[in-house]
Amino acid sequence: MIAIIDYGAGNIFSVKNALDYLKMENKLTSDKQDIISADALILPGVGAFPSAMQMLESSGLINIIKDQALKKPFLGICLGMQLLFEKGYEFEECDGLGLIKGSVEKMIEPKLVIPHMGWNKLEIQHENPLLSGLDKESYVYFVHSYKAVCSDENISAYSTYGGKVPALVTDGKTVFGAQFHPEKSGDTGLRILKNFGGLIK
Amino acid sequence: MLAKRIIPCLDVRDGKVVKGVNFEGIKEVGDPVECAAEYNRQGADEIVFYDITASHEGRGVILDVVRNAAKQVFVPLTVGGGIKTVDDIRETLRAGADKVSVNSQAVQNPQLIKEGADIFGSQCICVGIDAKMVGDKKWTVYINGGRIDMQLDLVDWVKEIEQLGAGEICLNSIDTDGVRGGFDIDMLKAVCSAVKIPVIASGGAGKLSDFADAFIKTDCSAALAASLFHYKELTVEQVKNDCRNKGIIMR
Repeated sequence: MIAIIDYGAGNIFSVKNALDYLKMENKLTSDKQDIISADALILPGVGAFPSAMQMLESSGLINIIKDQALKKPFLGICLGMQLLFEKGYEFEECDGLGLIKGSVEKMIEPKLVIPHMGWNKLEIQHENPLLSGLDKESYVYFVHSYKAVCSDENISAYSTYGGKVPALVTDGKTVFGAQFHPEKSGDTGLRILKNFGGLIK
Repeated sequence: MLAKRIIPCLDVRDGKVVKGVNFEGIKEVGDPVECAAEYNRQGADEIVFYDITASHEGRGVILDVVRNAAKQVFVPLTVGGGIKTVDDIRETLRAGADKVSVNSQAVQNPQLIKEGADIFGSQCICVGIDAKMVGDKKWTVYINGGRIDMQLDLVDWVKEIEQLGAGEICLNSIDTDGVRGGFDIDMLKAVCSAVKIPVIASGGAGKLSDFADAFIKTDCSAALAASLFHYKELTVEQVKNDCRNKGIIMR
């Protein structure tokens, strides 16, 4: 079972809809026991970094997530991806989960519209099991105003919007983060979610 | 680089897809969820449900449509029509919409744009506009499905809604809508150069090359059509291939 961590943030139903469609067993939950017994975890999220961390904190989930993310496949989506890093700078400096080294900073592209919203191409630079079987020309759907700043080796794929925008990151082991929304990225996104499910041992 | 988007629009009344010609002579056809799934197969980048149900009680029906579509269509879904309050926005997003499109109500109550953007984020607030030419390079904004002239200058209005926090503009030309002679290039140019937020071209698509034309001649980010796709004269795939062949970036 994949636990979709429900901490009161954002449009979690679309993640559930996608997993249901793929016939991947899942549960929306904030229950610690569910998170511990799950085979894999998804951390969704739409909204602001500090308020999301606060909600995780008040649900008492931070330590369990940090611990479990090292033991089983873990995927953060959009804001959930950003929370994987050590620090965020949305409105104020705020600690993240610290599962991947780096921070999350405001996108500054004077000539471009922020938020970065729409379909952008995935440029794959390192192999990643989540990207297996994708077409060379794969587009995914983004909506965000902040981006990850981290070491290149953690970035499996990026998109170009002004500069490089980290799209899929990983710690190289169990932790994955997608800045885009796989659950809104058509067949490409569904394939990525299916690949994630395939990591379950 | 962001890809340009092709957006089929489903005009829905009482849970059934209809398509009006110049807002009149509405025909009834089809199940909206099935139509959305078909557009998804064809490669639609986004799907718009435009609710033209007259009565307020009818709103539950469009929410059911979105709920069901969201279970089988995994591209962004937008719902327009009949959205009057922040609660309507919340309800619509909760049903599974990724964006809402506000039109008449935004003209009558511009604060709705600001409140919606503040609470839910600019990315989910699209402002729909119906406009009509009143002189050389001059257009005014209409409401209630193109029936009432608000004597509001189009360019002033798009600047205001950008200020208020709208994430996107869906620009429908009353002059070209239903005429099938192509999108309103002059109007699109005027709006695209007035704002930075993405502009969706709407109203007037009649043949394959109209889409690429809009992307080549203006800075619009997306093009929307209803009847052309609905009556199967063109598929989304054909349109995207034509654009791709002309060097336009498509998903």
